[in-house]
Amino acid sequence: MMTSQTHDFTADAGARVRIEALAPVARFSLRVRAAGRPVLGRALGCDLPDRVGETARAGGRVALCLGPDEWLIQAGEDEADAIARAGADAYAEAPHALVEISDREVSFRVSGPAAADLLATNCPRDLDRLAVGGATRTVFDTAQVVLWREADDAFRLDVWRSFAPHVRALLEIGQAEIAAGL
Amino acid sequence: MLLIHCPYCDQTLPEAEFAYAGEAHIARPEDPSQLSDEEWRDFLFIRSNLKGPHFERWRHVHGCARFFNAVRDTVSDRFLLTYRAGEPRPDLSTPEAAQ
Ligand SMILES: [Zn+2]
Repeated sequence: MMTSQTHDFTADAGARVRIEALAPVARFSLRVRAAGRPVLGRALGCDLPDRVGETARAGGRVALCLGPDEWLIQAGEDEADAIARAGADAYAEAPHALVEISDREVSFRVSGPAAADLLATNCPRDLDRLAVGGATRTVFDTAQVVLWREADDAFRLDVWRSFAPHVRALLEIGQAEIAAGL
Repeated sequence: MLLIHCPYCDQTLPEAEFAYAGEAHIARPEDPSQLSDEEWRDFLFIRSNLKGPHFERWRHVHGCARFFNAVRDTVSDRFLLTYRAGEPRPDLSTPEAAQ
């Protein structure tokens, strides 16, 4: 009698590191000069941190400082119109650029004990220096991403939509390698 | 991989996030129409091509996206210092710069 053994890498892989595609959220790119920062913080209902890589959260909204005059704002998908209106109402007091980019990016969550190992296969950042709650723009392979650290062993990647299949494929290769003990 | 200190992020980060952007401290002529062809050519194309400490622009393109200036030794590829765009060209003979 012949026997065969199959090995389901996908099932095993999930034990060490999981990859999930996340539901859509509202995303905005905000550019404003230092003088207008408090005005926009009030208008959006969420402080705008002034150090690159810092985040602030309030009422389900999050603001990430990406650069000296640049923030990424995220909120629930149904808040996009309210955010756009809040920006328009504050424009006279503080000129700025607030652009909706909700459909530009998709997000993946990478979580589990080997999450950092998986990201390290393609991200050059020293992940030990990315604090829980913090985030940064960086690269994954050659694709620009925003990398959020949600917990010690949970990260989120915001990836431009056209790069997402490439990033996902690389993550799945790494996941299979981790599952195989490589 | 080289590590580069971004003066806007105030962090030392991997080279893969940065892009080189040519020689630094090359001022665009106030009125290009007053220049001779030779002067315009020099502005556009003629660079110092130094061996040793070279003042050059970099951009933290996959980070804060800012342009800044750096002094890099073109022999060893070592970054001697970085500073924000618009700051004066540092004097490398001073002790602070030597850090
Ligand atoms: Zn930077």
